[in-house]
Amino acid sequence: MVDIGAAEGIPPAEVEDVELYHAKSWVTKYVFCQDAKVIAIQYSITAISIGLVALVLSWLIRLQLAFPGTFSIVTPSNYYQFVTMHGMIMVIYLLTALFLGGFGNYLIPLMVGARDMVFPYVNMLSYWVYLLAVVVLVASFFAPGGPTGAGWTLYPPQAILEGTPGRQWGIILMLVSLILFIIGFTMGGLNYVVTVLQGRTRGMTMMRLPLTVWGIFTATILALLAFPALFVASVMMLFDRVLGTSFFMPAIVAAGEHLKYGGGSPILFQHLFWFFGHPEVYIVALPAFGIVSDLISVHSRKNIFGYRMMVWALVAIAVLSFIVWGHHMYISGMNPPFGFFFATSTLIIAVPTAIKVYNWVLTLWRGDIHLTVPMLFALGFIVTFVNGGITGLFLGNVIVDVPLSATMFVVAHFHMVMGIAPILVVFGGIYHWYPKITGRMLNERLGQIHFWITFLGAYLIYFPMHYLGFIGVPRRYYELGETAFVPASAATLNVAITAAALIVGAAQTVFFFNVIWSLYKGKLAGGNPWRAASLEWQTPETPPGHGNWGKELPVVYRWAYDYSVPGAGQDFLPQNQPPAIPAR
Amino acid sequence: MAIAFALILVLVVVGSVLFHVLSPWWMTPIASNWSYIDGTITLTFWITGIGYIAIILFMAYCVFRFRHQEGRRAAYQPENTKLEWALGIGTTVAVLALLGPGLVVWYQYIEVPKEATEVEVVGQQWNWSFRLPGKNGLLGTSDPRYVSSDNPLGLNPNDPNGQDNVVIDGGELHLALGKPVKVLLRSIDVVHDFYVPEFRAKMDLMPGLVTYFWFTPTRTGTFEVLCAAFCGVGHDAMRGSVVVDNESDYQTWLRKQHTFAELSARAKKASLTR
Repeated sequence: MVDIGAAEGIPPAEVEDVELYHAKSWVTKYVFCQDAKVIAIQYSITAISIGLVALVLSWLIRLQLAFPGTFSIVTPSNYYQFVTMHGMIMVIYLLTALFLGGFGNYLIPLMVGARDMVFPYVNMLSYWVYLLAVVVLVASFFAPGGPTGAGWTLYPPQAILEGTPGRQWGIILMLVSLILFIIGFTMGGLNYVVTVLQGRTRGMTMMRLPLTVWGIFTATILALLAFPALFVASVMMLFDRVLGTSFFMPAIVAAGEHLKYGGGSPILFQHLFWFFGHPEVYIVALPAFGIVSDLISVHSRKNIFGYRMMVWALVAIAVLSFIVWGHHMYISGMNPPFGFFFATSTLIIAVPTAIKVYNWVLTLWRGDIHLTVPMLFALGFIVTFVNGGITGLFLGNVIVDVPLSATMFVVAHFHMVMGIAPILVVFGGIYHWYPKITGRMLNERLGQIHFWITFLGAYLIYFPMHYLGFIGVPRRYYELGETAFVPASAATLNVAITAAALIVGAAQTVFFFNVIWSLYKGKLAGGNPWRAASLEWQTPETPPGHGNWGKELPVVYRWAYDYSVPGAGQDFLPQNQPPAIPAR
Repeated sequence: MAIAFALILVLVVVGSVLFHVLSPWWMTPIASNWSYIDGTITLTFWITGIGYIAIILFMAYCVFRFRHQEGRRAAYQPENTKLEWALGIGTTVAVLALLGPGLVVWYQYIEVPKEATEVEVVGQQWNWSFRLPGKNGLLGTSDPRYVSSDNPLGLNPNDPNGQDNVVIDGGELHLALGKPVKVLLRSIDVVHDFYVPEFRAKMDLMPGLVTYFWFTPTRTGTFEVLCAAFCGVGHDAMRGSVVVDNESDYQTWLRKQHTFAELSARAKKASLTR
C-alpha cells in the first residue's frame, strides 16, 4: 500500500468492523435507517411521488388554459390552488429535496470515499422531518377551504386575506410545512457540507472532487444561508395570519371593511422571499451543473474541460446569487435606482454561467462521444439550459423586464431554465447511477423513447410560450377572455401547448415502467458499466454495502477525470489506481 | 444515432429561428413613447440569438464529428487557459453591450420629465379607480383610514388640495395625446399591477406605498388595463380601460367629471334626506 498522508492524527485506512455499527432489524435497515444510501432512496421516492402530484396539477392547469371553463373541476379557486401547489412542490419538495436529499445523500459519501455521512442519525432525522413536511403539505389538500392559492411566492397581503383561496387552513399548513422542510433540510445540509469538508478519504483533495460533489456542496451552502430568510418570513407571516400581528400588513380596507392591520410592509416580505428565492434557483441549478459535467465527461471519454475554471465558476455563481434577488422585484415599487445595481449584478452572473456552457461543449470537442441515454439527457440539458439562460438576459436587464415581467414569457423562461433543464439532468443522473444503485442497467431502447418525447415535447411546450408573453398575455390568469390585443390564434397555440404537455406527462410512464421492470429484468451491470473513473464506481460490492468500502477505505491518487490519458492502456484510470502513470 | 441527433439539433435551431420570424405572435403595436424598450428587446434578441445558434450548432457538429467509432480515442486536454479567458472576455463584452443601453433606458424610465402631469391610479379587489388633480395640479393627501362608501379612494376630507380632484370610481381613464403623465399608483388592499400592453410600461401598486411610472401616449384609442400582480381569485377579471383622446375630446370628457367636493356634497345631501 502506498502511504499517502499518513501523518499523525489521520486515522488508519483499515478499520475493524464494529458490531454495533450495522443495522440489526428490518426496521432499522429499511425504515429508520441511518445509511445515507437508503436515506437517499427514501428522499428520492418521496420527492418523485409528490412530484407526480405536481405533474397532474400541471395537466389540470394546461387543460384550463387550452379549454377555458370546459372542465368543471377547474374552478377559479381550484385553478389558483393548482398553480400554487404545482410551483411549490416542483421547486421545494421535488427539485431541492431530490438533488440534495436524493443525489446528495447517495453520491457524496461514495464520491469522496467516506463510509457514510458524518452524522448518520441526524441524517435520518432529516428525512423524517422532510416526510412530515410533505404530509403537512398534502394535508392542506384535504383541509377545509383546500390548499392555499396565493401563488408559490405567497405574497402578502393577499396570501392571508379573504380574496385568496385556502385562506382558512391552506396558508397556515403551507407555512408550517415550509418551516418543517427548512428544519429537515438544515439537518441534512449540515451533514453534506461537513462530510465534504471532513469526510474525504486519503488523497481526495478538494481539487480532486468530481464536479457533482462541488455542485451539491456549493448548492448546500447556498441553501443553508438562504433558507433562513424564508424561515423567518414564514414565521412572521404565520404570526400575521394567526395572531394578527402586522409584520407584512399595512392599513387595509378589504371588501369595504377596515382590517385591524397597520404599519407592516408587504415589500419586506418580497425582499425576504427573494433573498431566499433567487439562491433557490441555483440550489437547483448547481447540482445539475455538477452532475451534467460528470455525465458529459464520462460519456465523451474525455476529461471535463477546464476543471479549475468550472470550480471557480460554481463558486462565483454561488456568491453572486446572493446579490441579485432584486431582479424579481424590478416593478415592485422598490427604490428605482436599485434597478441599476440588480441589473448589473444579474447580467454579470451570465459570465461564469456562460463559461460553464462553453466548457461543456468544449469537452465534446475531440471527444469519443457515446450517445448513451445519460448522455442524451445531458446534451438535452445544454439546449434547454442555454435557451432558458438567454431569456434570463432579457428579464435580468431591468428595462426589458418591464414589459415582460408577470407575463407568460416569465413562465416559459423559468420552466425552461429551472424546470425542464434540471429535470433532464435528474433523468440523466438516474440512468447513469441506476446500475450502481441496483446492480442492473435500465433498458436503453425505452430510455431513448423517454428522452426524445420528453426533450422535444418540453421544447415544444415552452419555446412558443415565450411569444404569448411578447403579446402581453399575463401569467396567473384563470381566463384571459375576450381581449382586443390578443389575436384569436393565440388560443390555438394554447391548445397545441396543452397537447404537448399531456403527451410529455404521459410519456413519463415509460420511465417508471423502465425503472420497475429493470429492477428485476434489467441487464446485469457489473461494478462499473460506464468505465468511469470517479470513486463511486470502484466500490468492492455493487450495490455498495453498508459502510461502502468493505474493510479498507480507498486511497485517491488522481482527479476524477483521467480519461483517454496518453500512454495508458485503457481509456480511463480510476481515481484509486496507483500512479504507474504520473498523477495529476 | 449520432447523425440523427446532430440533425435534430440543427432542426431545433432552424425551427426556433423560423418560428421567431414567421409566427404571428409578437408585441402589440406600441402606443407610448417607450419604443426604446422595444429597441432594447430587439438588440437582446440579436446578441443572445447569435450566441444560442452558435452554441447549439457547435454542439451538433461535435456530436457528429466526434461520435464514437471503432478505434477513436479522445484527446487529453485538461484546460486551455487562453481560450477560456478569451471566451470569458468575449461574453463580458456581449453582456455589457446589453447592459449599457438597458441602463440608459432605465434611467429615462425612472426620471420623470418636469412637464408631466400627475394621474393617480387606485386598485382594490378587483377594480380600478382614478383621480386627476384640480386646477393647481396638486393631488390631495389620502389614507386607507378615510375609505368609506362615500369616499372610496380614501381622500383626506380636510385637505384643501383634494377638494377639486376629479374622482373616477370604476370608470374609464382618459388621457390627452402627446402629454407626458406621471402615474401615481396606490392600493388600499393587496398588491396589484397597472399594465397596459401597448404602453410597455407597468408598475406594482404596493399597499402602504405610492409607486410611480411615467409615459407619453402616442396614439389615440381605447386600451385595456390588466392587473399583472396576482391579487386573489378575481385577478383575471380586474380590467379597466384607458382612452387616449386628442386635446379637445379630452377637455370635453374632463368637463363631465365630478370633483371630490361635488361627490362629498352629494353624499351628504343623500344622507340628510334619508
